[in-house]
Amino acid sequence: MTFHQDIGGTRHTFADLKTLLAKASPERSGDHLAGLAASSAEERVAARLALADLPLTTFLREAVVPYEEDEVTRLIADTHDAQAFQPVASLTVGEFRDWLLSDAADSAALKNLAPGVTPEMAAAVSKLMRNQDLIAVARKARVVSAFRTTLGLPGRLGIRVQPNHPYDDAKGIAASLLDGLLYGCGDAVIGINPASDSIPTTIRLLDMLEEFRTRYDIPVQSCILAHVTNTMEAIRRGAPVDLTFQSVAGTEAANRSFGIDLEMLAEAHAATLALKRGTVGDNCMYFETGQGSALSADAHHGVDQQTIEARAYAVARQFKPLLVNTVVGFIGPEYLYDGKQILRAGLEDHFCGKLLGLPMGVDVCYTNHAEADQDDMDTLLTLLGVAGVNFVMGVPGADDIMLNYQSTSYHDALYIRSVLGLRPAPEFEQWLHKMSILDEAGRVRPALENAGGAGALLTYAEGAHHG
Amino acid sequence: MADDLEAKAPSGPPSDPWRSLRRHTAARIALGRSGDALPTRHLLDFQLAHARARDAVHLDFDSAAMAASLPGMACVTVRSAASDRSTYLQYPDLGRRLNPDDLPLLRKGDYDAVFVLADGLSARAVHDHAAALLTATVELLPGWKIAPVVLAHQARVALGDGIASALGAALAVMLIGERPGLSAADSLGAYLTFGPRPGLQNADRNCISNIRPDGLAIPLAARKLAFLMAEARRLKLSGVGLKDDVPAELLGPEPVKAMPENTAMRKES
Repeated sequence: MTFHQDIGGTRHTFADLKTLLAKASPERSGDHLAGLAASSAEERVAARLALADLPLTTFLREAVVPYEEDEVTRLIADTHDAQAFQPVASLTVGEFRDWLLSDAADSAALKNLAPGVTPEMAAAVSKLMRNQDLIAVARKARVVSAFRTTLGLPGRLGIRVQPNHPYDDAKGIAASLLDGLLYGCGDAVIGINPASDSIPTTIRLLDMLEEFRTRYDIPVQSCILAHVTNTMEAIRRGAPVDLTFQSVAGTEAANRSFGIDLEMLAEAHAATLALKRGTVGDNCMYFETGQGSALSADAHHGVDQQTIEARAYAVARQFKPLLVNTVVGFIGPEYLYDGKQILRAGLEDHFCGKLLGLPMGVDVCYTNHAEADQDDMDTLLTLLGVAGVNFVMGVPGADDIMLNYQSTSYHDALYIRSVLGLRPAPEFEQWLHKMSILDEAGRVRPALENAGGAGALLTYAEGAHHG
Repeated sequence: MADDLEAKAPSGPPSDPWRSLRRHTAARIALGRSGDALPTRHLLDFQLAHARARDAVHLDFDSAAMAASLPGMACVTVRSAASDRSTYLQYPDLGRRLNPDDLPLLRKGDYDAVFVLADGLSARAVHDHAAALLTATVELLPGWKIAPVVLAHQARVALGDGIASALGAALAVMLIGERPGLSAADSLGAYLTFGPRPGLQNADRNCISNIRPDGLAIPLAARKLAFLMAEARRLKLSGVGLKDDVPAELLGPEPVKAMPENTAMRKES
């Protein structure tokens, strides 16, 4: 189906739905790299005008990646909830934006709508929204998930402690982990990216975190961000797996480049769920995504990177995750060139994920070859805090010495919680009080003078060892 | 520089009481707080590290000076199809293709290997370490027919494939600036490819990473590289099939320092 938009005597033509979506997308380097971006600013707005008049039902009839070729498309089509979709079934994309911003679209309405929204609908409407729209709607779309902590509650912000070390050294990891806990972080997850993605390393680190968690009775979940096949083998060998991690993308071919498919994820989800290790909930998957991953695997089917990213959320949604994290600035300037593009992508991903009913967090980050710096990260972090992001990363001093990129720091966590009045997850907050890490005013001011509480934690690092 | 900053700001907020844990990691832990924020000296320490990384990414590759620092070696300078830094950063494919105007500069011969010295994401790494690594490696390869050294602007790793194939070299060795991190902006990578031709993937190559005085020291990197080159020639392959288990006796007494250096700011204060 071809689309047209006439502006002042000029007819703009868009060959098909995916072309229309791509041309309507806010500018970013990855769409230029793929040869999909609008060729002029006017063409971009023309595409938006045409997109605004498109009935939402178009997305139920027409797939951007063919149904026959792609299991993610089949998942999206086959699991669509027509009843949940009813309240917006008669709307165009433009009217959908108006409705999302209206008082009718309150938290309850958005929660009920989520199973009726497809990733392409979410991506389409986001392309018509300003940054403030993405923030305003996401703020209303609350998504709560739970394992040993409850995440996503209003007025709360979780932080992942990310204590990576270049060669997975136990004492090095312990030092960064304690630094984070003493700054009140860790309620989203204690998650290590292993330098060596091997089964013995995964098990060694899982055992280490389990011993630490149980010794100090900390209501947190841990995760080693290894390939899903390694985590499944660790489960078979009896390792203490709380959450199973996997990077996911929005097409079958991109997922294949990650060495996964939906069946494998379903197996992993079932195996992790069967361990029944959660105490306040059973969301036991942790997914990471990021715009550009499908293009970098040459698996984007001519679809713009933001729409493909939203499709990754359909994959995640199938397995009721505890955490979904878009690692927004990690991939490099050929996909998101500068602070402006990273900022926009972070807000889009958070909005689309929340609209689809996912517990979204964002790794607010950049690499040294992107045109971005700490000021850009401050802006995005603050906007995401306002938008009600479920969690962000905590990396010592914002400098990940294993992955060699800059994320948000434990200090940044203190800042955003403080300026927006956000608190840690309730279970973890209680523990922080018990350990004298929070003072009576709820500020992070660890009391280290005695052998109990925060002081006792410090004795751990010196004795840390592997398994 | 970092020393100066520390010395000039003795009155800032103290480190966190668990600063003794810093001996276990190069991570920026126990920095202390000004309210919720970083103390000024740590704020500036971070900015300095980032500034150095940014400068390394955007520094122009001085191939003329590079050639002058390689006396007795013939050098050829070429460009990729990426015309400037901004294009290079946004279109990686252009950095993998040779500028067609420069193809005639590469005369076909019968060579065992070619060394390509390329800016990659840190010209500083190449300026500072490539000549020393090249010289030390060539000394360990007696009897090899080495092609003229190629100096490549706006280059990605795969550019070496087209260069080597034009020169008729059996092995391509790319010495290229790695993406700068905060702890080091001068890391050099060495990529070795047997039977180089356009269209190869990363799995077809071997890589020695983090080559710099405070990472993998140059004499050690040279021995490792020469060993891999000899093995690649003997086995006629590179990539996942070529194991880089260098015999310990070849590596000598010098210890491997893979740990990122601790800046003065992160030492005990």
